Amino acid sequence: MPHLSHLARLEAEAIHIMREVAAEFRRPVMLYSVGKDSSVMLHLALKAFWPSRPPFPLLHVDTTWKFPEMYEWRDRKARETGMKLLVHVNEEGVKRGVGPFSHGSAVHTDVMKTEALKQALERGGFDAAFGGARRDEERSRAKERIFSFRTASHQWDPRNQRPELWSLYNTRIGPGESIRVFPLSNWTELDIWRYIAREGIDIVSLYFAAPRPVVERDGMLIMRVDERMALAPGEAPEMRSVRFRTLGCWPLTAAVESSAASVAEIIAEMGRATSSERAGRLIDHDQAGSMESKKRGGYF
Amino acid sequence: MAAGGERDLLRVLTCGSVDDGKSTLIGRLLRDSRRLFDDELASLAAESRLWGTRGGDVDLALLVDGLQAEREQGITIDVAYRYFSTDRRRFIVADTPGHEQYTRNMATGASTADLAVVLVDARKGILAQTRRHAFIASLLGIPHVVLAVNKMDLVDWDRRVFESVAAGFREHAALLSFDRVDAVPVSAITGANVFAAGETMPWYAGPTLTAILEAAEPVRRAAGGPFRMPVQRVSRPDQDFRGYSGLVVSGAVRPGMAVAIVPGGRTATVERIVTYDGDLDEAACGLSVTLVLAEDLDIARGDVLGCAQAPPGETDQFAAHLVWMDEEDLLPERRYLLKCGTRTSTARITSLRHRIDVDTLQQVAARTLSLNDIGFAHVAVDRAIAFDAYAEVRDTGSFILIDRFSNRTVAAGMIAFGLRRATNLQRQAVDVDKARRARQKRQKPCVLWFTGLSGSGKSTAANRVERRLAAMGRHSYLLDGDNLRFGLNKNLGFTDADRVENNRRVAEVAKLLVDAGLIVLVSVISPFRAERQMARELVEDGEFVEVFVDTPLAVCEERDPKGLYRKARAGEIRNFTGIDSVYEVPQNPDIALMAAEHGPDELAEQVIAWLAGRGFLDDDASPGDPT
Ligand SMILES: Nc1nc2c(ncn2[C@@H]2O[C@H](COP(=O)(O)OP(=O)(O)O)[C@@H](O)[C@H]2O)c(=O)[nH]1
Repeated sequence: MPHLSHLARLEAEAIHIMREVAAEFRRPVMLYSVGKDSSVMLHLALKAFWPSRPPFPLLHVDTTWKFPEMYEWRDRKARETGMKLLVHVNEEGVKRGVGPFSHGSAVHTDVMKTEALKQALERGGFDAAFGGARRDEERSRAKERIFSFRTASHQWDPRNQRPELWSLYNTRIGPGESIRVFPLSNWTELDIWRYIAREGIDIVSLYFAAPRPVVERDGMLIMRVDERMALAPGEAPEMRSVRFRTLGCWPLTAAVESSAASVAEIIAEMGRATSSERAGRLIDHDQAGSMESKKRGGYF
Repeated sequence: MAAGGERDLLRVLTCGSVDDGKSTLIGRLLRDSRRLFDDELASLAAESRLWGTRGGDVDLALLVDGLQAEREQGITIDVAYRYFSTDRRRFIVADTPGHEQYTRNMATGASTADLAVVLVDARKGILAQTRRHAFIASLLGIPHVVLAVNKMDLVDWDRRVFESVAAGFREHAALLSFDRVDAVPVSAITGANVFAAGETMPWYAGPTLTAILEAAEPVRRAAGGPFRMPVQRVSRPDQDFRGYSGLVVSGAVRPGMAVAIVPGGRTATVERIVTYDGDLDEAACGLSVTLVLAEDLDIARGDVLGCAQAPPGETDQFAAHLVWMDEEDLLPERRYLLKCGTRTSTARITSLRHRIDVDTLQQVAARTLSLNDIGFAHVAVDRAIAFDAYAEVRDTGSFILIDRFSNRTVAAGMIAFGLRRATNLQRQAVDVDKARRARQKRQKPCVLWFTGLSGSGKSTAANRVERRLAAMGRHSYLLDGDNLRFGLNKNLGFTDADRVENNRRVAEVAKLLVDAGLIVLVSVISPFRAERQMARELVEDGEFVEVFVDTPLAVCEERDPKGLYRKARAGEIRNFTGIDSVYEVPQNPDIALMAAEHGPDELAEQVIAWLAGRGFLDDDASPGDPT
């Protein structure tokens, strides 16, 4: 009997996880951030329930600072797949004018992303939320469970997580408690790209290199999407061939110089890459272990 | 990295005591397989200055010690998963710490592992911890273990140190049920024999650790096994389609194949294997699929679809190993939730047979299990479930117990065997019963169960006893283990699982013969206490007589009537009781025969006297009949 390839095993595992959630939770929801991991997760959901439609909606937590292509892409994908799409914005944050330039990345992320996510999950009464996080993204994730238990106040306590044996998941929760589920836990960045290639999954054009107007700040290439980003004296956007390895709020996501314009070229480029995926995420640099503090607070 | 290539996946468990260098070794694997990027190396260098144990030099262990809490305490506290790949393979490493939480964490990591790397510090050699790690890996069914003798740089790369540690480990591993044991000398610090051999140990000609990992066989037992698919969901997009979704956890399925639906015992035919990418001609172990059946049946989540020729068992009581994982002790008879496959039932531990001391591997009597204890217990579920022995199919032979109030996962379990078949098979009533048949023979039927090592003199003693019984006009039958292997048990070997099944069959036949009114003499090694207990429980109270033929191993080996010990010592036969397979000595036999000191006639007299003393041989011993 031929061995299943690692991608086939990872796919089957993710599908198994999604079906368990659909069977054992009252109101699951799938976090959809428009990025490559979300795209893979959505594709897996379509496969998992075929010929039925996935029995849960998509939820986009909108910080109001995403790239315009991302909004367009999000709405198009929802239409194409027929999935119900929920969009949540932290209106209090908007009223208080919270943004990365005025309040700094930490406050912005906390209010517009972490807080917003808690609001959306509470309002929707969701007891399980799928996220696209992978254990290889960051060291503190290495111990994250596939079914990550959260208290009624969305706290994650690394010491109070449930052991996961075989493919048996303990899905029992008390009132108000919830579970975050990571079907891509065992995937690496390269697996994601290889799977995108294998399955021909559509991803938003920002991942492919193109001439884009960028400003260089603190060694990071930031794409100036609109005038909410004030330019310092002497600063001017210049056109460079760049792409993004990961997508978030545009002022917090650095581009990398690249000429990779197809999935195959991206995979080839990854073999030569010298920096990690998260290097382009400004929120992670505050301190070593910063992701862990965020997670304890309820960040995905 | 291979260009477009899809590779296969090997899941590896690493275990070692604190400070043996496990984190450093994994850090080394990650770095030498080029999984580290510049920014990660930069932050590693910075952190090494802050937290490192290598005086400001880069400390690879920090790559792996992820959580702040841990870094502050300088220990690893949980199971962490790491990923790396070589040109050949993609690896998932489950990293488990060596301190007191080891059993729970190790069992978790081991449950999905294909191979275990057991790390020891060359200076310290095999510790109690090392033996525990090997035992847990073996209990969880990992077939292949690799001993990595680390810090060879600190023992001057001395070959003798490596060889003596490796020999000590092999000796212990022989008592366990691994298919394969390797040993490799390494230095996580210098990288010697991790990825590349290097020049420091020219005397070692074997493969490097990475080469062993690249060549290892993933656990494929399931692929060759019988088809199993626990039903996760029923897919009903519209009136015309009804499919059963699930992960194939063993064997393979094809359209046209007959499947059994367990529990319930109905059968059906597979019509289609539906996937998003189109229908399949075959779905092998490891794939998530949706099956459409030709028949219209009521099948729900929790049912298991299995090959009709070799369906899963069905029972509401089984014996299982338990790994206790909760701060709160096990309470026998308390109701827990039991999740096996996709079915959640209510269950209780009806009797805790024993606890296993992981240091000595001895079975000790126990009333409860505490955090990190391992035990063997009888479990009863409220309604019959589908199951397999863990040794046969991991996924349908494993379960977790969940506390109904705290919702914590309190235990992991591995099913050894079903205790009684609770199908909707109905017993057929018969008019002539055991009492009637016994009265006809004017005797009190019983089982004389002779247990002991090979060559201990079981068969000789049983034979003499039967001769005496025949001379007294009693009706008897002798079931000899060796003889049964020519017929009834000819499809069984000598693995633990086969031995258990062998004993189960012998016990069942003995029960039938007791029912027929006979005095049954059974002569089988029956090395495991649990199976002898099972045999005892099959018949009525007082009908089972355990006769322990107590001959020291040295004497049996010296006699070696069949030349088997010689072969076992030469490695020609494996799993030989007393040599590389355990014999669990009866704690409380009804009769103990000192066969090294007494001749067969004396022994037979001892048994006959015992029977006579308990009234088995009275002329009107047969149970009374009211009519
Ligand atoms: N000399 C030497 N030291 C080592 C080796 N491997 C690990 N160490 C050191 O042993 C100590 C414990 O290592 P660590 O990886 O943290 O052990 P763990 O507790 O098993 O994860 C650290 O100071 C390491 O730098 C080795 O091969 N040679």
